[in-house]
Amino acid sequence: MTQDPNVRAEIEPTELGADAAESGERDLRTDEHADAYSDNEVLVPGAFEGHVASRLDPDAPAVLEVEDLKMYFPVKSSGLVRRTIGHVQAVDGVSFQVPKGGSLGLVGESGCGKSTTGRLITRLYTPTAGSMMFEGQDLAKLSSRAMKPLRRDVQMIFQDPYTSLNPRHTVGAIVGAPLQVHGIVPKNKVLSRVQELLEVVGLNPEHYNRYPNEFSGGQRQRIGIARALTLNPKLLVADEPVSALDVSIQAQVINLLQDLQKEFDIAFLFIAHDLAVVRHFCPEVAVMYLGKIVEIADRETLYAAPFHPYTQALLSAVPDVKQAAIGGRRERIRLEGDVPSPINPPSGCRFRTRCPLAQEICAKVEPPLLQVGPRHKVACHFAGELGQHPATPVTAGLLGVDDQGSPSSTGPEAVQVPTGPGYEKDWFDVKTRRMTSQAGPA
Amino acid sequence: MTTTPSETHVGQRERPQSDGPILVVEDLSVTFPTQDGPVTAVKGLSYSVEMGKTLGIVGESGSGKSVSSLAVLGLHDAKASKITGSIRVAGTEVVGLSEARMRKLRGNSVSMIFQDALAALHPFYKIGNQLSEAYLVHHPSASKRDARRKAIEMLDRVGIPQPDRRVDDFPHQFSGGMRQRAMIAMGLINDPSLLIADEPTTALDVTVQAQILDLLQDLQREFNSAVVIITHDLGVIAETADDVLVMYAGRAVEYGTVKQILTKPEMPYTWGLLSSIPDVAASTDARLIPIPGNPPSLLSPPSGCSFHPRCAHVDKVPGGLCATELPALTAASGANHLKRCHLPNPELIYRTEILPEIAPDLVEEIR
Repeated sequence: MTQDPNVRAEIEPTELGADAAESGERDLRTDEHADAYSDNEVLVPGAFEGHVASRLDPDAPAVLEVEDLKMYFPVKSSGLVRRTIGHVQAVDGVSFQVPKGGSLGLVGESGCGKSTTGRLITRLYTPTAGSMMFEGQDLAKLSSRAMKPLRRDVQMIFQDPYTSLNPRHTVGAIVGAPLQVHGIVPKNKVLSRVQELLEVVGLNPEHYNRYPNEFSGGQRQRIGIARALTLNPKLLVADEPVSALDVSIQAQVINLLQDLQKEFDIAFLFIAHDLAVVRHFCPEVAVMYLGKIVEIADRETLYAAPFHPYTQALLSAVPDVKQAAIGGRRERIRLEGDVPSPINPPSGCRFRTRCPLAQEICAKVEPPLLQVGPRHKVACHFAGELGQHPATPVTAGLLGVDDQGSPSSTGPEAVQVPTGPGYEKDWFDVKTRRMTSQAGPA
Repeated sequence: MTTTPSETHVGQRERPQSDGPILVVEDLSVTFPTQDGPVTAVKGLSYSVEMGKTLGIVGESGSGKSVSSLAVLGLHDAKASKITGSIRVAGTEVVGLSEARMRKLRGNSVSMIFQDALAALHPFYKIGNQLSEAYLVHHPSASKRDARRKAIEMLDRVGIPQPDRRVDDFPHQFSGGMRQRAMIAMGLINDPSLLIADEPTTALDVTVQAQILDLLQDLQREFNSAVVIITHDLGVIAETADDVLVMYAGRAVEYGTVKQILTKPEMPYTWGLLSSIPDVAASTDARLIPIPGNPPSLLSPPSGCSFHPRCAHVDKVPGGLCATELPALTAASGANHLKRCHLPNPELIYRTEILPEIAPDLVEEIR
């Protein structure tokens, strides 16, 4: 991918960019003025054309398989002897897979553990338990030294472009740092690779000697993306990559990420709280609540016919621009109260304290993440489409308990519910309450 | 600025003072002298809000939406800013008002909810004390006990559980949504007739955002106060506002009812805003079309229409007018719908070029 530095001379910067770059001027006035246009200077092909939502490739092999991932942060007592008095169960038994070149969205309220999951995958934290299989290696068990070569393949884009770039380093140093750390290209080739990357993300390659403060928020986020791309990663963890940006700039960055995904075949774990952005970017979406995945499905199913009451409430809370044509507020499911503390989560189903459907069984038995469709899993005793939730728990038969959640001796034996990260050929149909498969009656 | 067109006034001002709009802003300009020259953050802005109505102000950061609202509360340092034009709150002229008289108005008939509740609440004082202070300042005859009772009542009103116990908590003991509620309680403790909410839900989760918006609407109905809601989220605007003001580079570029702005916008910047946000309910064939470039620097704003360097429709205007002449805020097709654009046939362009891209499923309906 490295280029001959001489080729670089052929790039013709437009007037404004050239002026600023040649004179090295840091005067605010000229810089700001140039910046207003500089995004147009080097266009990624198609960056400013419209982009339709990403599509799902159902046969793509998984690049990352996460199984039963747990992260417990110890809570220490105050005083001289700081004993551990409890644990924040930030992530508690999460399983999913990210397809090669595809993207999985991770949504949920703040404090649900979605960012922690992202940081576990990039091994910024060491998980308490569970496995993260990436190309035949378990990221969870590797030492920091053994992790280093894998960091080339797993990179991260951070939320806040103002705090994730070192203000005292030039853009060239920031984007080039991974190349030097991993010793991939000789020192004299670093600059040309950096310029190439800046061009890829739609920045003027001549700006490599500028500092982050000379760029706007959207441009800084592009620098962060360029840094993540430096080592040609196979998996990018994007933790709220657009939520700190202005609306008009958000779309630019989302389109850029879509282009890069297509061009370099990068898999994304896309963490965001904005359900509309996730819907556009990710063909598959997982919804988290208090450290657990409550529902995971392909986009069409999750947004059109979610089965979990939390997903339904979350979707109904999103303000809709189309409401303007009708006027007034949309009918919405009101969730009472706040998210409970992850130090001492509710027994059974963690959502039951705020759930409109909660019954006795919800406090006693934790619902398993049950596959209910070809690409749809949900963790709820009363899973069903909005307004069609069953009156008796659908899971009772599977778990070997009666409708109140007490162990049942008369009912059928407990069935081993598959808890793996992938999808099975057979699934449990909530309407007929029988195992169904693709060939069978839908 | 090449020309200074006469500004068309937005809203009704012919009505007598008694039941006229509670807030009238006329030809407001705010300039800050900086080391690099004067920055005019707001230019020739006019709007008005009536009792019981909600005005939504949308725009990117740096478009002047917060600066104009801070001016309404007289929160700009008189030494570090130059404010011209007129702002009348319930008939009282705010521009040039003395600090002592402004203080009587602020928090009493006008109050504000800020975006970041953690930064806006004092970390060293208990929530209850901060609320009672706001009450005591405007009710000098009230006792501390009355103020505390009022604070508990307000916390209860905004839906904080166990208000008599939580009143003695510090801000850090509240969750994000509760802090925002506490700030709303503080803003409403003196029954203001005008409430300015500056990005009240931007830092919050969708479920909490829905709760806060519900609360604001319930309280507005109860107190019949006027609300100015500043946000960049068009979804929030669609569900809460009656009228919408779109701002760009310090100027109003479009004004109309929420239905006019969001279903029949006539200014390319509004189109850009609409096309650059994905929608949870739209068809997945809808395209995401960003506005190219960045917002302009206010130190040296572009000539002519300040949006022209980023506008995709510049070549549809004959004679390169966009780059040389600032369009006036003139009447658009709908009643009371105003736009600042040279385009001769914006409705047609929106229907034939923009809508099929951003909402293919809506094209038929709108026609």
